[in-house]
Amino acid sequence: MSLAPAAARPSAAEPRPSARRRGGQGTYLLFLVPGAVLLVAVVLVPFAMNVGISLTRWSGVGDPRWIGLENYRRLFADAAFWASFRHNVGLVVAMAVLPTAAGLVVAAALFDHVAKRFGPRAASVLRACFYLPQVLPIAVAGIVWSWILAPKGGALNAALDAVGLGSLARDWLGDPDIALYSVMGVLVWIQLGYPVVIFMAGMRRIDPALLEAAELDGASWFGRFWHVTVPQIRPELFVVLLTCSIAALKVFGPIYVLTGGGPGGATTVPSYSSFQNFFEKTQVGYGAAIATVLTVLILLLTTAFLRAQSRGEER
Amino acid sequence: MTATVHPRHRRDPARHLVLWGLVVLAAVMLVPFAIIVLNALKSPAEYAASGPLSVPDEVYTQGIVDFWQRVDFGVKLLNSLVISGSVAVLAVVVSVLNAYALGIGRIRGRLWVLTLFLIANTLPQEALVYPLYHLFKQVGLYDTRLGVVIVFTIVQAAFGTYLLSSTLSGFPREVLEAARVDGANRWQVLVRIVVPISRPTLGVLLVFFFIWTWNEFLIPLVLLISDENQTVPVALGVLQGQRSMDATTTSASALLGVLPAVVFFLLFQRTLTRGMTVGAIR
Repeated sequence: MSLAPAAARPSAAEPRPSARRRGGQGTYLLFLVPGAVLLVAVVLVPFAMNVGISLTRWSGVGDPRWIGLENYRRLFADAAFWASFRHNVGLVVAMAVLPTAAGLVVAAALFDHVAKRFGPRAASVLRACFYLPQVLPIAVAGIVWSWILAPKGGALNAALDAVGLGSLARDWLGDPDIALYSVMGVLVWIQLGYPVVIFMAGMRRIDPALLEAAELDGASWFGRFWHVTVPQIRPELFVVLLTCSIAALKVFGPIYVLTGGGPGGATTVPSYSSFQNFFEKTQVGYGAAIATVLTVLILLLTTAFLRAQSRGEER
Repeated sequence: MTATVHPRHRRDPARHLVLWGLVVLAAVMLVPFAIIVLNALKSPAEYAASGPLSVPDEVYTQGIVDFWQRVDFGVKLLNSLVISGSVAVLAVVVSVLNAYALGIGRIRGRLWVLTLFLIANTLPQEALVYPLYHLFKQVGLYDTRLGVVIVFTIVQAAFGTYLLSSTLSGFPREVLEAARVDGANRWQVLVRIVVPISRPTLGVLLVFFFIWTWNEFLIPLVLLISDENQTVPVALGVLQGQRSMDATTTSASALLGVLPAVVFFLLFQRTLTRGMTVGAIR
């Protein structure tokens, strides 16, 4: 390759298409107008306002009073705030870690065993059962469970009684020591179907020859699962873990319906406590600071996700 | 017929064990639905006498009827349908317009614009809800269905823009060129060529936007306070939050909340499971 054509190519090729494109830029920009107006009015301006409000003391009526970073100083010294983040870590376990692990096993069993031995129809019926809770409005799922977990007349305690394990009956959502675990259990139930469906779709991509080669080499089912299937669906694993973690950080509905953050703040999470500060305690500035910190955390996670994803694509 | 000859399976009982394990697990997933149905169809007297696990002696629908009338459920259903339906259609339209400019028009700075839409999609609604509440009160959109439609149109379109832009940037250029040579202007190319060819993707987005909007909770909870504007999840969630319902009423309400979701699930099951890989980015 000589230098001349390489240097000549861009200069020769560029003027024409870019000139044509520039001529048409105006009309293409017009298509962006409705979306851009909405984006600015409904997302960007309100978000900027939220950051602004977080630097003030404001009850929601009258004029906000500028206090600089005072809300953030108070926030980082607030034990309840840190506790709410610890609860959020629990929700990440319940919505990302556990469903991913369980979903992997279920998806592999459905894809590998059930679909092949009992037909794809059996596999897709079972998959539908796992996926059904995902389409429920999260508030409705909360209603279903708050009643099942009720201390008196709740179905879980009644079932324990019926099989002679009445001593295990608890006030599942009202006992500060176990309320968070009960909420986590509900979230696992809600979330499980999502990784199952995604992973099964990913497994369809795997070349069956790979699995057969491993089987011929005498690999056990688990060996094939661990050394062939899991590495092959890494992109899906990645997407599921990160999107579920972000979803877990945003959990609001289940807390509102199941526990209201209680008992005694045992299940409060940042999104719920920002809501409380906005609309119950009328400490709007403080609530806005919590929401801003949550936003920063989620944006950091998203950035890390996109970085790692584009690095994965380069490979 | 060629390469995929199945390795001979040994007929050991372990393989059936896996199937039965999965069936039991699937049954466990469905138990809450079964319990809801059992108790929604049970009279309060029978519930008091034999508890939540018994099968009702006779089907009792009065609880559901009472609850329906008490919360004016028909209105809630209509609100949810109107809001989710409008959002689904509008958000698809806005997504297509954006993606046309970004993916096919390749306007300058499109990476920045795309990043903005992506950020809009990941922002927690907690960071928008108070300013929206405040602003909407001033412009008269507070406690209106229109306000909620506007908010979710852009929230969903932010996702749709991100997804469709990358789909459309791979759109065959020759097709576009050919249409232009035939004298079609930008708008005609969009309506007659791009939209019909992208129809399957748009269908998936429409279904997702509808269900996602149907299931939204925080922003409708804050913005829709009056009874006649509330959506199904908000109305049920608020009642539950007040903890004023007895057991059979609660399960009647849960059943009414579950039913539309199950209907959508059955209607859209194929789109949903196929489109899940699309939704994965969310």
